[in-house]
Amino acid sequence: MTTASAYMSVEQMIPILVSTLVAATPLIYAALGELVVERSGVLNLGVEGMMLIGALAAFAVGVSSGTLLLGYLAAMAAAALLSLVFAFLTLTLQANQVATGLALTLFGIGLSAFVGRHFAGLPIHAMRPLVIPWLSELPGVGALFRLDLLVYGSIVLYLAVDWFLRRTRAGLLLRAVGESPTVAHSLGHPVIRIRYLAVMFGGATSGIAGAYLSTALTPMWVEGMSAGRGWIALALVVFATWKPLRVLLGAYLFGAVTVLQLYAQGFGLNVPSEMLSMLPYAATIVVLVIICRDPTTIRLNQPASLGKSFHPDA
Amino acid sequence: MSEWPLRLEKRPRPSALMRIAAPSIAVAAMLVTGFIAFALLGKNPLSALYIYFVAPVDSLYGIGELLLKATPLLLCALGLALGFTANVWNIGAEGQFTLGAITGGGVALFWGPALGPFALPAALLAGALGGMAWAAIPALLRTRFHTSEILVSLMLVYISQLLLAWLVRSPWRDPLGFNFPQSKVFDDNLSLPVLFAGARANIAFPIALCLAALSWFFSARTFAGYRMRVAGLAPAAAAYAGFGEKRNIWLALTLSGAMAGLAGICEVTGPIGRLQPSISPGYGFAAIIVAFVGRLHPAGIVLSSLLMSLLYLGGESVQLELQLPAAVTGLFQGTLLFYLLAADLFVGYRLRRRHRDSLAEADPSGTETVRPPA
Repeated sequence: MTTASAYMSVEQMIPILVSTLVAATPLIYAALGELVVERSGVLNLGVEGMMLIGALAAFAVGVSSGTLLLGYLAAMAAAALLSLVFAFLTLTLQANQVATGLALTLFGIGLSAFVGRHFAGLPIHAMRPLVIPWLSELPGVGALFRLDLLVYGSIVLYLAVDWFLRRTRAGLLLRAVGESPTVAHSLGHPVIRIRYLAVMFGGATSGIAGAYLSTALTPMWVEGMSAGRGWIALALVVFATWKPLRVLLGAYLFGAVTVLQLYAQGFGLNVPSEMLSMLPYAATIVVLVIICRDPTTIRLNQPASLGKSFHPDA
Repeated sequence: MSEWPLRLEKRPRPSALMRIAAPSIAVAAMLVTGFIAFALLGKNPLSALYIYFVAPVDSLYGIGELLLKATPLLLCALGLALGFTANVWNIGAEGQFTLGAITGGGVALFWGPALGPFALPAALLAGALGGMAWAAIPALLRTRFHTSEILVSLMLVYISQLLLAWLVRSPWRDPLGFNFPQSKVFDDNLSLPVLFAGARANIAFPIALCLAALSWFFSARTFAGYRMRVAGLAPAAAAYAGFGEKRNIWLALTLSGAMAGLAGICEVTGPIGRLQPSISPGYGFAAIIVAFVGRLHPAGIVLSSLLMSLLYLGGESVQLELQLPAAVTGLFQGTLLFYLLAADLFVGYRLRRRHRDSLAEADPSGTETVRPPA
C-alpha cells in the first residue's frame, strides 16, 4: 500500500463530510421534533408516516407551484395536521399511544401512496444550495458552505430546541408536564394543551424531514421513500437519552454509517450491496443495546410519564 | 380551558358491551368514510362500495381468495395478540414472516427432493423455527439489555427483507430463470394442498383455525397464559405475584415469531410457489390492526382477519374496475384502526352532561356559559 492511499487527504475527506451532513439532516429534524414530543411525556410512533406525508406534500406542492418554499410550508402543515389526529386520539380520547402511533404510520404510508401515484416519476428542481459568500470560496472546506438551506436549518433547530428546553419558562413547563403531569395539572398548568402543541411541533419537524428527502436528498417521489428513517429517528432519541446535543451527534454518526456504506459500494468492496444496506438498521440495534444496557441510564433520563395517558378529570 | 357542556366520566368498570360494539362502530364509520371518499373521487359511492366489499366474494373462487389472504393475517395476528395482552410490542411480524419464508424456503430448495413426503412438514417446521429465531433477537436484547422490542423488531424487518433480496439475487437464484431475482419453483411435493377445486385457498387456513383454538386455550386456560394477561392488565400485581416479566417477553416473542414464520412459509409454499424479493403486501403490519380489531381475542381475530382480507381483495377490485390505486387498502386499514381507537374511549369512559353547579363552579367569572338543552 502506498502512502498516498493509506490516509485520506483533506480533499477526499470533505466530500464525505458533506454527504454525512446531508444524510444526517432528515434524521436531525425528525429526532429533535420527537425529542420535544417525548419530553412532554408523549410517545408518538407515527414519525415514519408523518415523514412520508411531508415528503409527498413538499414534492406535490413544490412541483405544482414551482416554489419549494411553499412545498416546505405544505409539508409542515400536512404532517402537523396528521399529528393532530394522533393528539386528538391519544390526548383527548385517551387512546393507547403505541397503538395510535402505529396506526398513524400505517395510515401515512397508505395515504401518501394513494395521493402520490400522480407524482411518481415527475422531475423536480432540487433545492439550490445556499452559497455563503467568502467562506464558500475557501479551498477544500469551502464545500461545507455551499449546502442547502435545510442543512443549516437543522443546526439552527438544534440550537433553538436546546435553548427552549433549558433556558425558557415554556421549556421548563414542557419538561414538568413530561415528568409529572399530575403535579403540573394541580399547579394549574394546561397539561393537555402543552402536549397538543408539542405533538404538533413534532409533526411539523417530521414533515420537514420528509420534505428534505423528496426535494434535496433524492429529488423525486417514491412510495415509502423514508425507508425506516422515521424509526431510526425514534431510536436516536433513546440513543441520545433525550438530550438535544446527543441527537445531533447521533444523527451525524448515522449519517456517516450511511455514507460509508455508499462509499464502500463505490470502492468496489467485495460485499453484496444488500449487506451494506443493512448497516444503518444493524447500527441502530447495536447503538440501542449500548445505551440501554444499563437500565439506570434510561430510568434517569427518560421522561417519567412517557407513553402514559393523562386525563385531568380522572 | 373552555368548558364543554358534556364531559367524560370514567366508568366504574370497563363496559363489556362497548368492548364488543367498538369494532362494529369502527367498521360502520369506515364504511361511511369510504362512501364519502368515493363520492369525492367522482365515483358512484354505492356501486364503488359494492365493487369493494361485495364483488370480490360473490363467487366460490372469491371465497377461496378471502380465506387465502386471511390465513397469513390470522396467523400473524394470533401471535401478536398474545404479546399485546402482556404489553409486549412485537411489531416486526413482517420480518419474522420474511425469515420464515427464507428458512422454510431454504429447506424446500435444498432438501425438498430428498425428503419426499416429509419435505412439506419439514419446510413448515423450518419456517416456524426461523420466525421464532428472528423474534428471539428482540426477546434476548429486551431481557438482557433492556432495549425496546418495538424498535429492534422493526429494524429486523428491513434487515430480513434485504437478506431475502440478496439470497434470490445471488446464491439462491434460479440459474434457468433469465436472470430474474427469484429462486426456482418448488417441487410438487412442496405445495400446500388446496381446500377445494377451483380456488387457491389451501390447508393453511384450517391449520390457522386450529392454532386460533390452541391460542385461546393457552391464553384462557393455562397458567402461563394467565400470567401474561395479568402482566398486561396490572403490571404491578404481576410483579407482586412474582410473575417473571422475562418469561412473558420470551413467550410472547417466540410464539408470535413462530406463527409469523409459519405464515411466511405457508405463503411461499402456497400461492407464490418460490422465493422472490417481495412476498407480502404488508401482512405483518396489517396483522397489528387485525389483532386490535379482533379485541386481542382469538375468535375476534378470526373475524377481523377475514375483514382485513376483504380490504385487500377490495383494493385489487377497485384497481381493476375503477382504476383506483391498490393503496386504497392501506387507507381503509389505517382509518379502521383510527376509528377503533377512538371508539375504545367509550369502553372506559362515558359521556355525561355537566351539572349546573359544576358549570357555575367552572366559570367563576360569571360570564355566560352555553348550557346544554334541558
